[in-house]
Amino acid sequence: MSTTATTRIVGAPVPRKEGVDKLVGRAQYVDDIEREGMWHGATVRSTIPRGIIRSITFDPCINWSEFTIVTAADVPGKNHIQLIVADQPCLADGKVNHCDEAILLLAHPDKHKLLEAAGAVRIAYDPLPPVFTIEESEKQNEIIHGEDNILKSFLLEKGDVDSVWATAAHKIEGEYRTGAQEHLYIENNGMIAEWNREDGITVWGSLQCPYYVHKTLRAVFDLPDEKVRVIQTETGGAFGGKEDYPSILASHAALLAMKSGHPVKMAYDRMEDLAATTKRHPSRVRHRTALDKDGKLLAMEIDLAIDGGAYSTLSSTVLSRATLHSCGPYVCPNIRVRSRAWATNIVPYGAFRGFGAPQAIFAMERHMDEIAAAIGIDPVELRRRNFLHEGDANATEQRMREPVILDRLLDRALKESDYHAKRARYARENPINSVKRGMGIAAFYHGSGFTGSGELYLNSLAGVDVTVDGKVRVLVSNTEFGQGTNTILTQIAAEALGIDFSDVIMAPADTAHIPNSGPTVASRTSMVVGRLVERASLQLLAMLRDHAGLGGRSRGDFFAACARYREAHGKVESLCRYEAPPGIYWNDQTYHGEAYGAYAWAIYVAQVAVDTVTYSADVEDFWAVQEVGRVLHPVLAKGQIEGGVAQGIGYALYEKVLLENGHMANNQMTNYIIPTAEDVPPIHVIFEQIPFRYGGYGAKGIGELPHDGPAPAILNAIRDAIGVPVNTIPLLPEDLLAVLAARKCVEEPVAQ
Amino acid sequence: MSARWPTIRMIVNGEQRGIQAPPMKRLLDVLRQDLHLTGTKEGCGEGECGSCSVRMNGELVNSCLIPVLQAQGAEIQTVEGLAPKLEPGGTLHPLQEAFLACGGAQCGICTPGMLMAAAQLLETHPRPTLAEIREGLAGNLCRCTGFMRIFESVLAASTQASQPALRQAHHAR
Repeated sequence: MSTTATTRIVGAPVPRKEGVDKLVGRAQYVDDIEREGMWHGATVRSTIPRGIIRSITFDPCINWSEFTIVTAADVPGKNHIQLIVADQPCLADGKVNHCDEAILLLAHPDKHKLLEAAGAVRIAYDPLPPVFTIEESEKQNEIIHGEDNILKSFLLEKGDVDSVWATAAHKIEGEYRTGAQEHLYIENNGMIAEWNREDGITVWGSLQCPYYVHKTLRAVFDLPDEKVRVIQTETGGAFGGKEDYPSILASHAALLAMKSGHPVKMAYDRMEDLAATTKRHPSRVRHRTALDKDGKLLAMEIDLAIDGGAYSTLSSTVLSRATLHSCGPYVCPNIRVRSRAWATNIVPYGAFRGFGAPQAIFAMERHMDEIAAAIGIDPVELRRRNFLHEGDANATEQRMREPVILDRLLDRALKESDYHAKRARYARENPINSVKRGMGIAAFYHGSGFTGSGELYLNSLAGVDVTVDGKVRVLVSNTEFGQGTNTILTQIAAEALGIDFSDVIMAPADTAHIPNSGPTVASRTSMVVGRLVERASLQLLAMLRDHAGLGGRSRGDFFAACARYREAHGKVESLCRYEAPPGIYWNDQTYHGEAYGAYAWAIYVAQVAVDTVTYSADVEDFWAVQEVGRVLHPVLAKGQIEGGVAQGIGYALYEKVLLENGHMANNQMTNYIIPTAEDVPPIHVIFEQIPFRYGGYGAKGIGELPHDGPAPAILNAIRDAIGVPVNTIPLLPEDLLAVLAARKCVEEPVAQ
Repeated sequence: MSARWPTIRMIVNGEQRGIQAPPMKRLLDVLRQDLHLTGTKEGCGEGECGSCSVRMNGELVNSCLIPVLQAQGAEIQTVEGLAPKLEPGGTLHPLQEAFLACGGAQCGICTPGMLMAAAQLLETHPRPTLAEIREGLAGNLCRCTGFMRIFESVLAASTQASQPALRQAHHAR
């Protein structure tokens, strides 16, 4: 079987496919591209969080005849972004629902003239009372969305939660909060659009999901499939931040291109990107948990709320993933999760690596340590007593049919980090030191691929073809933005076809040339798309054996057979459509069944030092132990984990989005702080490999997993260090000071 | 219109260049727009991220903070000038080889600036310690890697011990 067989290329540290282009500076990002006669575009945005647009006037100090001006009235098709619910306008029409909402677009040949002109568009509003927080939205004093401000809700139930409370030995409650987080890809959002009557619209841009953009452009311009073409340019980081927003930016650039008759480039600067584009959903999770006298979970009641911002965007699916990850990798017979996404007058929150799971897992794993403290069990032991094992059922009653090795991962993490010895040492040393150290742990799983029946709905099509000049091309709509898509998919094809890594290239990420193999999200590329490429490659070999006399297994035999096949059939192409693994059952109504095709499992350990003079917490060392199926590329996989951990550290300790009247006040790199080369600790990455039979060469998802664990592990380590629970992130020094000061008002801090 | 501007002369990647540009135009824009050296990237426009790092007269600078008049007569090196020649089969700079072998580049947008910072570091510290690497790269933000692979790349480029790994990467390509 391919998942266990010895491989030549899969699992080898081949060089990144597009690596040399990036290293010598010739990779073409969208802002590196100029088109003949190209103009530049700018956006005039709402300066208030909510209100009616009373008038738009143009200051005569500007010669407006030089400019192309676009408003909602210029939208030829539907004025909305075609995502899950079509409630977000492409351009505000009559009212605004958040600060920095796009109202009007300008284009001009000279980029420098746009700033002044944008400032000379005067918009008068009748303001309406805004809603800024989950709590304000819950009160429903102002209804800003639907009938109740709820963008989406889920109820997940298992067993009978209510029957447990009366007799349970232990009942522990807690509330946990996470803040917004900016992706801070180093390349801002950017797009170039062209339009002509014959070909329709072509856009080039920094994006994750070509067919998402394609779908929105078709709706906004009321054009058939073949009149919309989306081409991904080299993309300088995304992390989910280029999943939904590019559909808006592509529409804007294309509207300007259509009206001006020129190619139009819209490349955001950092301040605009930070103020106007999506972030991670803030959350508030309340846990109420019952345990028996031995520390076994009896019941979990979870109330999970996320701030969705002003429009639905992806909040329903983010909420779904949060709901499904809210109970952790534990066995619990009775569960009730009530979750809601609330509308606020904030820039819509969107996809960000982990997609709801980091929020839910922060709460669950922080709560586990509070349970451990309350009932007097070691946090490691509490987790061990409740871990899922093969054959157990999780919250959705999905039976774990694959091996689950949480105990092994935990043992390895404890050993590598020297957890117990360090913890004991810090407990001795902390009372006499102003810098207090602690060890924290997080146990978690992350579902790979779309939720439930999502992969079936996507109905992905992917494959390979062979060019006349003897290159095999991988045909997918899955994009490279640093994670290694190009490399792992070409590895898989080369491996399956028995040819060299250098024989395989990616087809251009251009909807005119590639099938729709789904979006590049949800940790699905290695597992789901990788499997499709593997199947399509094996299918191609079968075609060549059956119809082109392929006998031998050498590279030469393969290409000779391809030539014969081409002569007989015109082209050499093999496509495969997604097929669900057998025995999959999922109920979208009750949220029961196989929530995910597979899970990646992990134990993360943080070693933290808290300076009680400066109130700063530093991660001194970090261990990430995980099982992600087969590791397709050891260097890229390590890079994924390390990068995710660094983002998770930022999420926990550095990154705070400050809102003033609904507008991001710190929308600069100067004051939105991410970890630098001097801040990141050593990150020790350890993989245990259990190939997954339905993943590409045994792979499961890897990309999002590493963002789930760092924040709870770090905050648990801080609790271990200072003996005080801190349940809200981000935790900057001023926040820790406030927590400790507030606590001091009530009581002296409890000694370790 | 550009005829009004004085000619600013610089040596860019070893070549004498004359550019007519407004004296306060950012060196970053002159490199990207006038000289079409788009390897140098803009990440923030305020000197925080280091994506626009180039070497100017042997020092590392953020080209978004340099008005081009300040570069009059200067010697500038960008990522395009790091490797001697880029024909197929041509050689990469040892740092580029190391970044390729060790996974120092992911999305690639910070990479040109990171390489220039690393090149600067290796000139002043040919055998840097990890602490010196951390300090030398602290002005260059990377959001993808968590920096571990970048540290490893710079160490590899600076030590003989890395040569087998680098050769392996070269052959695999």
